[in-house]
Amino acid sequence: MSTATSAPPMISASGVNKYFGDLHVLKEIDFEVPRGQVVVVLGPSGSGKSTLCRAINRLEPINSGEIQVDGKPLPSEGKALAALRADVGMVFQQFNLFAHKTIVDNVTLAPQKVRKVSSSEARKTAMELLERVGIANQAEKYPAQLSGGQQQRAAIARALAMRPKVMLFDEPTSALDPEMVQEVLDTMTGLADEGMTMLVVTHEMGFARRAAHRVVFMSDGEIVEDSTPEDFFSAPKSERAKDFLGKILTH
Amino acid sequence: MFDFLSEYDVLGVFWVTVQLTFFAAIGSLIWGTILAGMRVSPVPVMRGFAAAYVNLMRNTPLTLIILACSLGLNQTLGVTLGGEGVDQLNFRLAVLGFIAYTATFVCESIRAGINTVPVGQAEAARALGLGFTQVLGIVVLPQAFRSVIGPLASVLIALTKNTTIASTIGVIEASYLMSEMIENESDRILLVFSVFALGFVILTLPVGLILGRVAKKSAVKR
Repeated sequence: MSTATSAPPMISASGVNKYFGDLHVLKEIDFEVPRGQVVVVLGPSGSGKSTLCRAINRLEPINSGEIQVDGKPLPSEGKALAALRADVGMVFQQFNLFAHKTIVDNVTLAPQKVRKVSSSEARKTAMELLERVGIANQAEKYPAQLSGGQQQRAAIARALAMRPKVMLFDEPTSALDPEMVQEVLDTMTGLADEGMTMLVVTHEMGFARRAAHRVVFMSDGEIVEDSTPEDFFSAPKSERAKDFLGKILTH
Repeated sequence: MFDFLSEYDVLGVFWVTVQLTFFAAIGSLIWGTILAGMRVSPVPVMRGFAAAYVNLMRNTPLTLIILACSLGLNQTLGVTLGGEGVDQLNFRLAVLGFIAYTATFVCESIRAGINTVPVGQAEAARALGLGFTQVLGIVVLPQAFRSVIGPLASVLIALTKNTTIASTIGVIEASYLMSEMIENESDRILLVFSVFALGFVILTLPVGLILGRVAKKSAVKR
């Protein structure tokens, strides 16, 4: 599998299977996220796309197959796994900011505790990142005092503070009020433009069209299509993708 | 009416009660937190040990545990805990027994508190590369504690009253003196009871009030 000559893809999965009890949620998944690319995963609810995203940093262990990040197989437990997770940023649907810490403390926590960065340096970086996502003036507030969009942007800053090699987004806008979706998508588009490698599970077709290098369409635990956004949206090959697009694009 | 009290060191014995409670509370908070950490740890041996310990200790009468500390640990096995003189020795053995027992209730309260912390909090911490003890110590426990200050206040009040059992191994605390006074002042029994009941209420009532206020103030907003 590994290629000695060129750099391996940032994420690669081969033959991945995952069960929840009897339910086969990931079926023989093969796919790659090349360096510097944005891959958007689309699909109906329950298609396994969130599970796939969470399997990449092993928040969901898989039953068989192999996942590699930056050419290295996913460690199963312990320090090696923690070290891998430190390099893989993750943004959740429910933001999951630490509720008992201020926004700036949320952002400085992991760099200080995991990367052992000094508190002054961590704070400086944190303020730069908060400035970049447009909420530097909220730094001393607690998560519950912010709007959903602001919380999600803080969560993106928190993930970026670890200087990750790749960012995973698990339906980052699904829990937001409609008027706050755009500010989060703008932040993500900005990241994509800077060349960050991203895997984005989303229902935002506009973002997929605009920012994605590739679109992966999942249904019933399988990858049904893997193509460019132009091809996927204008000429989907499978019936399931046509059906899915028909339902969401008609209104 | 209360003249007879001047013949007894009522304040002195209540001071011993306070000391027993204080040291036992600190110890059981520490040991109980460690036990709670073990109960949610990914290591099966730790989980098993903590579960067995909690179920054994919690279901054993406290009198038996305190007696076992004195008769078993000290007189049979010769454990002295560095105590010099019989008073200090018994005091330390009693505190050890209270810690062993009360920690199980602290553990179960904290475990209930851990369950109030949304799973996403720990997931976010793990996703950032924090290890198990960091996730627990920095993210989960601080939030869990805030949600169980009320239940922990109840444990502390129960502990304060449970310290009367130390008299069974000769620690001269409040109830020890009360028994003595009941014998000597047989014509004032109700008065003696009232004095000690009041003493305990004075000790425990503020605990409930203060910790209730702390709980409200430190609650995590979601």
